[in-house]
Amino acid sequence: MRRDDKIILAHGSGGKLTRSLVSETFLKKFTHPALAELDDAARVRIGSDRICFTTDSYVVKPLFFPGGDIGTLAVYGTVNDLAVMGAEPLYISCGFIVEEGLELSLLDRIADSMAEACRIANVSIVTGDTKVVESGSADQLFINTTGVGLLPKGREFGIERIVPGNRVIVSGTIGDHAIAVLAAREDLGLKLDDLTTDCAPVNGLVRKVIDRFDGVKFMRDPTRGGLATVLCEIAESGRFSVHIWDEEIPVHREVKGICEILGFDPLYLANEGKVVMIVDGKIADEVCDVLRSDPLGVNAAVIGEIRADNPGDVVLHTVIGGSRLIKMLAGDQLPRIC
Amino acid sequence: MKYVEEYRQKELVLGLADEIAAKLDRPVTLMEVCGTHTMAIHRHGMLDVLPRQLKLLSGPGCPVCVTPTSFIDAAIDLSRGGDVTIATFGDLVRVPGSASSLERRKAEGADVVTVYSPLDALSLAQQHPYRQTVFLGIGFETTAPTIAVSVREASKRAVRNFSVLAGNKLVPPALRALLQSKDVKIDGFICPGHVSTIIGARVYEPVVTEFSVPCVVAGFEPADILAAVLMLVEMVVSGKPQVRNAYPRAVTRDGNRAALACMNEVFRIEDSSWRGLGTIPSSGLGLAHAYREFDARERFGLVMRDKHDTSGCRCGDVLRGAIEPGKCPLFAEQCTPEHPVGPCMVSSEGTCAAHYKYKRR
Amino acid sequence: MCLAVPMKVIKREGDRGIVELEGVTREVALHFVDAHVGDYVLIHAGFAIQKLDEESALETLDLFREMVAHDQEDDARESP
Repeated sequence: MRRDDKIILAHGSGGKLTRSLVSETFLKKFTHPALAELDDAARVRIGSDRICFTTDSYVVKPLFFPGGDIGTLAVYGTVNDLAVMGAEPLYISCGFIVEEGLELSLLDRIADSMAEACRIANVSIVTGDTKVVESGSADQLFINTTGVGLLPKGREFGIERIVPGNRVIVSGTIGDHAIAVLAAREDLGLKLDDLTTDCAPVNGLVRKVIDRFDGVKFMRDPTRGGLATVLCEIAESGRFSVHIWDEEIPVHREVKGICEILGFDPLYLANEGKVVMIVDGKIADEVCDVLRSDPLGVNAAVIGEIRADNPGDVVLHTVIGGSRLIKMLAGDQLPRIC
Repeated sequence: MKYVEEYRQKELVLGLADEIAAKLDRPVTLMEVCGTHTMAIHRHGMLDVLPRQLKLLSGPGCPVCVTPTSFIDAAIDLSRGGDVTIATFGDLVRVPGSASSLERRKAEGADVVTVYSPLDALSLAQQHPYRQTVFLGIGFETTAPTIAVSVREASKRAVRNFSVLAGNKLVPPALRALLQSKDVKIDGFICPGHVSTIIGARVYEPVVTEFSVPCVVAGFEPADILAAVLMLVEMVVSGKPQVRNAYPRAVTRDGNRAALACMNEVFRIEDSSWRGLGTIPSSGLGLAHAYREFDARERFGLVMRDKHDTSGCRCGDVLRGAIEPGKCPLFAEQCTPEHPVGPCMVSSEGTCAAHYKYKRR
Repeated sequence: MCLAVPMKVIKREGDRGIVELEGVTREVALHFVDAHVGDYVLIHAGFAIQKLDEESALETLDLFREMVAHDQEDDARESP
């Protein structure tokens, strides 16, 4: 495959180009085994403790959107990457890259959001950094975070644990965050009714499940690239296929509406307060019940299963009884006429 | 009546599929002219419920697939102007020109903006009076009236920094060209539902009288498409071709006169180059004389000439239905969704992209 | 070749209006349709390209259902 010689926006979408960029440019040079696993957070050992360790950068535009802002995203996104590894999120670092000219009042509001988010998620920002760059060098504000959590003994979640017969659960409606942010961009002229971002810390929700059940195999928060990308990534392991049913997938009506208007597929849209869980088939319905008892999991649903045939495939079964293969996208979806 | 869910009812859809299987007594090849029909068919996995003896070809109704390289190259050239904003529907952003794409140009610093409506491009022009906003006019008769209104508004509001690079095309001449070529065998057409809301179902009557090929105007939900297929199969089997309108909730015989009037006021019919099909006479739209001040070709002195494509790309044959995507030497090798060579792979509903994404086992 | 979506007119003022689908609203151009509040229109690229006819819609559904049922009757009659 020929190498691209320039970075394009699609390299940041979380899909195929992002993955090839990471493997060609970074993984070849940064060779620690913990990195090679490419989980949401790295699992490393310090002394007798296992630590989970993650980093993320937040570049969302606009800075403020229905239900949240870049600060809330930064805290919850970091907490969630740790939570889905089974770790207890504890400490966060926070680096701000601020564009010259940004209103101080905006930064104040964002810092307030972050403090509140930390309180809700029960984590602390313990170190940070601030840089100011010239006007035009950073689109208002970028935030980089690192999160650290403790991984208790016995918490082993990973793609390698998934086997045929397992079932696929999603903790709620998909695409809410991406659409809330999109609608906040006034240039599309689309107005929402009550949809907001789903941005939330899922550590509480996850704890409820993994404290109670032994049969959880794998978890991930489906951020950029959406549910489809997570399922494609796990199917790539090549030992099984993933089957999901269209009519089981929970989608907020406004997300459905906007997707019809713009020609988008909700499967590829980002979420910031959801978890995908692959669990032992026998416990799936009970896990769903537990999720639904939590305000963040009211729309949880079993949406599919893991099968042994055609390993590597992600298959969507449609409402009329047909099926289609789900692949990773090469870039973000764009409003289209056809 | 919400006009969508009712036409997705599983029982109805499967009932229609069963009927098609029952009625089909020979191999039949149908062409869905419209790219959005191809999308709908694949989105719902419709091929899984249809008998294998029924072959569905994807036609040239994909604005991105048939846009010639010269058009994209012209847009790319324009994007190099420091005071130029290129406003476009998302469909065109990843289409490769002869050496680059609008997506790449954006990476290089060009001002390329995706819009949902041509009126949004006009607003953009009004918001930035010191920049030239060029809107890329693609699509068929469904989209042309919307662009026509935008040009008319630009004229009324005297938005002098707005212009359109005209690239809209017309469906009936393409159908005719297809039927006149020798290497295509089409037993019936699933006609584009939304284009037909504008041009009316009557335009397909000459196709039936001249070529004896049945035409059914179809909507986009699963029941709509399957009912249209059933009607076509029945006509093939009975040997009595007709035009049937299976989308009367949106399509009339005469079309939308207000939209047609607007189109005829702002545009004039020209010969047009279709990627893969060559030049088809009187098949495209350019700006009418009265609106030439908004013609980007005139404003920027553009000449669009197509060079002979030597890359080995066989998009043209795929569009004509002459070969399957798999038969193109570049398919899934040099030509993939993330590194597309021809537009058939770029468009999310282009035949090659659909095959790549949704291929049946 | 055209993504167009049925949406309900909830406001009209001259050639402009507001339409709604699943709670989402947008301002659109209504130049081409004689549609009023309560009507459904097909929206493409920010324009209503046609008013949807409810009677036709219901008739079409009936027709489709008949195409299935009628033939099922034929099948029943043909069975030994």
